[in-house]
Amino acid sequence: MKKIAFVLVYLLIPGWLMASEGNLHLEKANTNLADKASLQRGARTFVNYCLNCHTASFMRYSRMAKDLGLSEEEVAKNLMFASTKIGEQMNVAMSRASASKWFGMVPPDLSVITRARGEDWIYTYLKSFYLDPSRPFGVNNLVFKEVGMPHVLWELQGYAEPVFTETHGGGEKVVTGTKVIKQGLQTPEKYDETVHDLVNFLTYVGEPSKLERQNLAPWVMLFLALFVGLAYLLKKEFWRDIH
Amino acid sequence: MASAPIEKYKTGLLGWIDARFPLSEFWIGHMVRYYAPKNFNNWYFFGSLAILVLVMQILTGVFLTMSYKPDAGMAFASVEFIMRDVNWGWLIRYMHSTGASAFFIIVYLHMFRGLLYGSYHRPRELIWLFGMVIYVALMAEAFMGYLLPWGQMSYWGAQVITSLFGAIPWVGESLALWIRGDFVVADATLNRFFAFHVIAVPILLLGLVVLHIIALHEVGSNNPDGIEIKKTKGPDGVPLDGIPFHPYYSVKDVFGVAVFLFVFCGVLFFWPEGGGWFLEDNNFIPANPMKTPEHIVPVWYFTPFYAILRAVPDKFLGVMAMGGAIVMLFLLPWLDRSPVKSIRYKGMISKIALTVFAISFVALGWLGTQPATLLLTNFARMFSVLYFAFFLLMPIYSKIDKTKPVPARVT
Repeated sequence: MKKIAFVLVYLLIPGWLMASEGNLHLEKANTNLADKASLQRGARTFVNYCLNCHTASFMRYSRMAKDLGLSEEEVAKNLMFASTKIGEQMNVAMSRASASKWFGMVPPDLSVITRARGEDWIYTYLKSFYLDPSRPFGVNNLVFKEVGMPHVLWELQGYAEPVFTETHGGGEKVVTGTKVIKQGLQTPEKYDETVHDLVNFLTYVGEPSKLERQNLAPWVMLFLALFVGLAYLLKKEFWRDIH
Repeated sequence: MASAPIEKYKTGLLGWIDARFPLSEFWIGHMVRYYAPKNFNNWYFFGSLAILVLVMQILTGVFLTMSYKPDAGMAFASVEFIMRDVNWGWLIRYMHSTGASAFFIIVYLHMFRGLLYGSYHRPRELIWLFGMVIYVALMAEAFMGYLLPWGQMSYWGAQVITSLFGAIPWVGESLALWIRGDFVVADATLNRFFAFHVIAVPILLLGLVVLHIIALHEVGSNNPDGIEIKKTKGPDGVPLDGIPFHPYYSVKDVFGVAVFLFVFCGVLFFWPEGGGWFLEDNNFIPANPMKTPEHIVPVWYFTPFYAILRAVPDKFLGVMAMGGAIVMLFLLPWLDRSPVKSIRYKGMISKIALTVFAISFVALGWLGTQPATLLLTNFARMFSVLYFAFFLLMPIYSKIDKTKPVPARVT
């Protein structure tokens, strides 16, 4: 039996390796929803840079205010440029028709983007734009080839150029990294932090109840652990006379 | 049932009811004097757990229906509305989505228990058949429910599965069109799947569960030894190895429920996506009929059959093989020619066959989630052959296999 299992595992290994091929190395976003200050900074970046073309149409400003520990006045004054009522969802003024015309497609809604793409992917994506004159907006992206989005955060990050690596045999050059050649308003470290905060915020937007869920979890588990214990003792007591 | 007459209540509210409705008869007949073998092991928790999850799915489903919109333009947003704006909506939704996977885990283990201890053997063929119809209805229920969030995987999964009907010669295309109500999966499909998911199939499921249990209580439960406890009765007509279901198994099942809920809530509260197995990443992208995802993969509980489908080069034959894989399970009571029920007293060939079958089923399940490369397809072919061999060769190997003597009383 052991031999068969061993042979099976051995035969399956190439399958696993093949399945993982093509996955680019993604940098860790290390999100932390308990970090309110980070979420607030992320919200500011989001409304300033993303919420002009992208919507987050399942997210309400009022809910964000409550969860981020901000007053409704603070949100209305500092974070609400696209709407007038605090109970509204994060929509944009740009019509879908114009968006299609300008960008070739309607920029996707970002409400659940971290759940679809993964936090690490978004984090890496926002750090992987590089100059490419062949593209309509002059930039391409390492993890999203032929991306239709301009590098919106360029004024913070600056410009990066592609780093090429030659493939083994053919001498074909492949883009494998990026290198900042002209720094923007932020140092690379500061930019990493900005993107981290933004992804943190997007993760919160993806599932606003996540923190509530995780805070509730230990109590639920504690209750159920007690329930398991009591149910076991009850069963044992009843079954004493069964032999 | 025991020979002593069932005492009815004479006075009070219960007396009033008993004079008009067989309440005491029901309770005593199906709980207090339903004698179950005393040697049930952990495999016997999954029947009651399946009922628990069924009830949970129906209750959470009712509350989801209050806010869900079965409309192609609103469905995706209404699910997110439930997740954000409905009080405790996220909990109800996660209970339902995690519950679907839990249901299949439980049902697969419940079925495997039947395979281990020969619970499909005479006189329990009908229990097994009702159970199999439940399983098929459950697959239909899950498949149609999976369309409702209207994400990319919902949409394209349904597109692939409904197009399978197109493989049937002559009538296939018209049949697929009739099922979808449109040339592709569309609003009409969503609406009718919703109707089936929330009304038709649940009613069917509940009815079938009642039949499953009536049949079970008629012949009595099997047990890990595969011994008929009714063969050895005491002077009072009660099986010597039987104990009243209530209170013994009712308290034991409460313990099973507690352990299950601990695991279930662990997943629900810490890991509701189940690493993409319970809620797929792609399903957080709204359905887009113009954009086919790179890999279309059904949910994990369908993947063993999906792997069999893909293993066959011809589409129609693939569909037949997939259907055949399920039909095989129906035939089990008549394929097994072993004189003993339980794996405990079966010989080495049966043990190896069951092990190979279990490995094949899990392997096919994994292969069904992977891209169909040549290597993996060849593996899928090998495991498909093993899957069918388990059933088709059973009349032979179960007959020639050496069995051990079965004791008269349970161990």
